[in-house]
This record gives sequence, C-alpha cells and structure tokens, in this order.
Amino acid sequence: MNYRVQDILRPALGVLIAMTILTGLVYPLAVTGLAQVLFPRQANGSVITRNGTAVGSTLIGQPFDDPRYFWSRPSATSPFPYNAGASSGSNLGPTNPALAEAVKTRIQALCQADPDNHDPVPVDLVTTSASGLDPDISAAAALFQVHRVARARDLPKQQVRDLVARFTEPRQFGILGEPRVNVLALNMALDTFATTPR
Amino acid sequence: MTTNGIIQIALYMAVLLALVKPLGAYMARVYQGQPIRLDRVLGPLERLIYRGCRVKPEQEMDWKVYTLSMLAFSILGIVSLYALLRVQGMLPLNPQGMGAVPPDLAFNTAVSFTTNTNWQNYSGETTLSHLTQMVGMTVHNFVSAATGMAILVAFIRGLVRHNARAIGNFWVDLTRSVLYILLPLSLILAMVLVTQGVVQTLGPYKSVALLQPTKDANGQMVTQQVLAMGPVASQVAIKHVGTNGGGFFNANAAHPFENPTPLTDLLLILAETLIPAALTYTFGKMVGDTRQGWTILAAMMVVLAIFALATYAAESAGNPRLVALGVDQAGSNINPGGNMEGKEVRFGVARSSLFAVGTTATSTGAVDSMHDSYTPLGGLSILILMQFSETILGGVGSGLYGMLIFVIVAVFLAGLMVGRTPEYLGKKIEAYEMKMASLIVLLMPLIVLGLTAVAVVTKAGVSSIANPGAHGFSEILYAYTSQGNNNGSAFAGLNGNTTFYNVTGALAMLVGRFWLAIPALAIAGSLAAKKTVPAGPGTLPTNTPLFAGLLVAVVVIVGALTFFPALALGPIVEHLMMGSM
Repeated sequence: MNYRVQDILRPALGVLIAMTILTGLVYPLAVTGLAQVLFPRQANGSVITRNGTAVGSTLIGQPFDDPRYFWSRPSATSPFPYNAGASSGSNLGPTNPALAEAVKTRIQALCQADPDNHDPVPVDLVTTSASGLDPDISAAAALFQVHRVARARDLPKQQVRDLVARFTEPRQFGILGEPRVNVLALNMALDTFATTPR
Repeated sequence: MTTNGIIQIALYMAVLLALVKPLGAYMARVYQGQPIRLDRVLGPLERLIYRGCRVKPEQEMDWKVYTLSMLAFSILGIVSLYALLRVQGMLPLNPQGMGAVPPDLAFNTAVSFTTNTNWQNYSGETTLSHLTQMVGMTVHNFVSAATGMAILVAFIRGLVRHNARAIGNFWVDLTRSVLYILLPLSLILAMVLVTQGVVQTLGPYKSVALLQPTKDANGQMVTQQVLAMGPVASQVAIKHVGTNGGGFFNANAAHPFENPTPLTDLLLILAETLIPAALTYTFGKMVGDTRQGWTILAAMMVVLAIFALATYAAESAGNPRLVALGVDQAGSNINPGGNMEGKEVRFGVARSSLFAVGTTATSTGAVDSMHDSYTPLGGLSILILMQFSETILGGVGSGLYGMLIFVIVAVFLAGLMVGRTPEYLGKKIEAYEMKMASLIVLLMPLIVLGLTAVAVVTKAGVSSIANPGAHGFSEILYAYTSQGNNNGSAFAGLNGNTTFYNVTGALAMLVGRFWLAIPALAIAGSLAAKKTVPAGPGTLPTNTPLFAGLLVAVVVIVGALTFFPALALGPIVEHLMMGSM
C-alpha cells in the first residue's frame, strides 16, 4: 500500500462534497417537503389564527401582567419578556443573591395584585424558564391565580376554576412530563367566555 | 422525588435496553459488509459515491493511512465550515439577512462542530442563516458522528484481526455509517418530531400579535412577537442521533420549537443514548462474544442509573434560599416542585434531570434545562459524568473506544495484581499499548485543569463570569470540562464569545477529540499486528459482573482522583454555603 498525498486528499474532498449534498441538501429538503405536505400546521409553528390574523403559537408563551389574565412564568429574554426571536434562560446560579432578589420581587407583584391570597406560591410561577418562552404553568400556579382573575373579571370563582380544570393537560399518555396549563389558550378562552352573553 | 418521576426514569432505561440488541446486531451487519435490506435502495448510491470520489472500497488501510484520512477529512471540514460561516451573508436561503460570523467565533464554531462537540458561543436564531444551519451544522452533525463510529470500528478490527496490518477503509466506514445508520434513524425521528410540533420550514420568521402588549427594557410598547423558525426538525434529529447537541436555537432542546412535548423529550434522550448503547452489542458481535459487550454496557448503565437518581434527588430538593421567601417547592400531582429556575413546566424536575444526565453521560451536550441554574449537587453530578472522559455511553463511537481504553487499563491493573502479562480478547497488552492508553487518560485532565487554571488567574478569563463566588469557578471548570471532552453543554452564564474563550476552547476541543483518536488508532494498529493467544487458566475473564465492577472502579477512581480538588473548590463548597445563608 503506497499512498500519495492526493490519494488521501481527493477522497477527503469528494466524500465531504457528497455528504454535503446528501445530508445538507437532500435530507433537510426531503424532511421539509414531507413536513409541509403532511403536517403543515406543526411544520409552520402551530400558529393560532383569529379572523385571518396570526395571534400566537400554541407552543410559544406570551407575557401577561394584567390582573384580568392568568400570568405566565417570568421570562429572562431581552429586551422584553417572551421574545421568541432570542430565546434564553436567566442562567442565575442557585446561590446568586440576584436570584433570591428577583423571586422576592415577583412574589411581591403577585401579592400586590391579590392581597388576600396567603397561599404559598408555586415555584414555577416565580422562577424563569429555560427557554424564556415556556407556554405553560403548572396546575398549582393556575389555581393560585383563580381568586385574582375571578375578582378582576367579576366572575364566580367556581367558573374560573372549572375553566382551569378544562385547560389542564394531564401527563402525556398518563406518564410523561408534568400536568400543565397552556396560558395563552386559557386566557383566550377567558376573553371569549367574558364576552359571551350569559 | 415522586413515584411518577422514578417511573419516567425507569421507563426510559427499559426502552433503551430493549433497543440495544436489534440495533446493535444491525450495525454489526453494516460494518461487516453483510447483506441488509437497505442495500437495495442505498447500495447504488453507496457505489456511486465511491466511484465519484475515487474510493476503492476493497482496498484497506493500515492505521497510519486510516488516521491521516480521518485527519485530512476533519481539517477540510474545519476549513470549509469556517469559510461558510464567514461568507453566509452573500449566500441564498438567508431570509433574516444574517451577516458574516466574526473570525474568532467562526473558528471556535467550526472546530466545535467538526469535533462532535457542538459547544456554542453563538445564539442560533440571531446568528446563522438557514443555509448555514443545513449545509454547515447539519452536515457536520452527520459526518463528525460517522467519523467517531468509523474509528471505533477500526479499533474493534484491531482486536479481532491477528498478524494483520490493515484495519479497514476509513471512507467506507464513514459512508456506511451515514447511509445505513445515521440517515435512516434521523429521517424517522425528524418526521415524528414534526408531528409533535417541531418546525420545519425554509421561510422567514413569523410575526404574531400579542394578546396583551408588553413593554421592553426601554419602556417602548411591544405589540408583536417574532417567532424564529427554520429547518429545525431535520437538524434536531441528527443532533441527538449523532450525540452532537448543537441547538438550532439558543435555548437548545428547552425551546418549544425544538422539543415541544414530553414525548419528544423522551425520544431525544433515547436518540442520543441509542447508538452508544447499541454499539456495545455491535462490539460483542464483532469480537464473537456478545457477553463482552453486555459487560461493558452493564458497567455504563449502573453508573448512569446512579447519577440519574442522584441528580433527580438534588433537583427535587429545591433551593433552600427560596423556602424562606414562602415558595412552594414540594412536588405533587399539580406542582412540578423542586428547583424550577431554568427548567420548563412540561418537563419538570424529573425529565430535566434525566435529560441533563443523558446529555452529559453521552457527549451530546444538548440541554432541555439550564445547567447553570442547577443546584450545586445536581451540577456536580453532571460535571463528574463528563469528567469520566465521556465513557459512560459517551459519543457515538468515541464513547466506546474511550471505554475500551479504560478496559485496557483495568486489564493491566488486574495483571499487575496477580503478576501475569495482561491480555484482552486474546491480545497481549504490552508497553506500547499502555503508553498510548496513559496518554489518553492523562492528557484530557491536563488540558481541562490547565486551561481552567489559566482562565481563573487572567482578567480575560475571569471577566466572563456571570455568577459570583464558587459558582463562578464552576462555570469556568464546566466550560473546559465540556469542551475538553467534546460534550458541548455549558454553564451558559459564562460569556464564552470572547477571543480568549473562543481560542482556548477550540484548543481544548481539538485536543479532546484528536488526542483520544490518534493514540486509539495506534493501539488498533499495534493490536492487529499481534497474534491471538488462546485463553489459559491464568487469563482474567472480561465478560463477568466482577470485571464490570473492576471497570467501574477504574473509571471512577481515575476521574475522582484527578478532579476532586477542583470540584471541591466549585460545586462542593457552593453546596456547603447554600445551607448556611
């Protein structure tokens, strides 16, 4: 076996080009074609449209701080929360004083909006998510906010609680992940609910 | 910890173990050139590639030519990817108008993706064009994985053959890995991901109206949300199947468009551990004794299970500093509980901990939660998994040849204890093999600890730290541990996009990849040339639970002795401080 330099370089270049065409163009384009034909809604971001305009994605959270809405989790994206063009976590370490400080501020905001609620605050409602775009809160975090939302909208608490129950998604197949509530879907339902004549 | 959390972890392990034999046997057929069904479809394409690239598939290489081919291919990959990153602004499929990536960042990224590390000092959705994600990142996800698999197969041939010089043809091993293993698995996974909501489009980002407008940092009204999109599913599939880990988006697998449901989360963890686990069976099949493979897998899985439970326990315990503020961190059926900073509700602490362990045990480095925000003990656990030289499953191919190096060390130690010449699978382990193995075992800690030491005493190193105190040291230690072991996950608070970290990180990645691969191939060449000696009464059996225990002990002791002092300064001291406020 006597190898010259070009005996190694030529296959190296050739295989790199072949693989670039196959795995860099043919493969992703094939997946794109199949996805666009078979699952166009998911492939294009699971966008929700109302009266012809796109009003959000079922998978991407939105920020809320109006007492009339259920609030999403805090988000660390910049320059504004839930910036879906620049996902990011806070990367605050567990012993960083800035973390405890931020959590304290968030608890105060929740208390201010709902002064007679003295329940312990569910942890997910006062901590930022990994993506900054978490569409969900836990069932506990939704129930924690029922009192405030019901009062702000002048609705019976039970009605709001029923709505939360209806929008609580169980673990996938009963096992995987955690039970959760999609905040945008819940708030949209609240809006239609409130405008529907009773 | 909840019962459901433990069931989720156990379920994952059961599914993984059930898939080891079928995929492992299939891969053995692929590498031994035996007929497989996909031949009919892909055989002509494979032969076309060989003809077009002037590859003579029947012509095998000795270890030096094999190594040179691997190096030439990797260097070409670095150069071409660097060039692509620099000129992407002038190329098509760039709907967001992304410009050239700066030189030091492009260099770090090119090295990162060609070494199967996928450390990212950039944020995908604000830096790369669709074309770069496809013909840059996706391509190198495939070929860097295939390179690792090729090296492993050559290593196994070195053990199997006797009185031989040749250990296979690099181009054939690479091409067959892509065509028959990585591509079919990725195609299937990508389509399943799309059904769950992973996006796959070539179009621009999409604007949607916010239900309640918000204000940005400057007090300006924001009424629209821009959804970043792209050819995501095709890239996410191979990023896990090939243990690469480089996310399409900055938030990686925590981003709902990369990992939308608990099911996709399970599939991604399975995908990244599947090939490394199944290759142990392929190995057993190729050496003619599948118990040899099961023994190694048993050693890996025991460590994996222990670390998964330890990490889960640490994260479920939550953060004591938040208890005082009146935060409810107790896990229940309506509250995920635990340390939820940097975690997603749909995954909770159980799935997140399992993902963190899977991604650091293998050299994947994708994250579905932010490791920087883990509790000190949770962070300690995933740091240690990388510091075991990525041998607990490890990268595709690279994990198993790394583990086989530790097998050689274990056999050697046992030989010393009983005073006999050590041998493995009928091959005598002599001074040359031990020198090469020692190089591999010693150089990774040297580069990781050396660069950490340089970073903590220079302004350029310290100024990137995001969190104060011991945690800041952990960020630096994590960065070099991750890059030196080709993992790619990060304590991402550390600002890695500086000239200092871009260059030193690239150095760590190059050493971590090639300083392992070259001596491993040298051992393969040396073993192939030896004759096979039949097992005698003094031979240490290497297919028993006892040997699995010895192997675990060697990996743990080497890792612990090397890294304990550094770990004591970072996560351990932070844990002690966390309780006392």
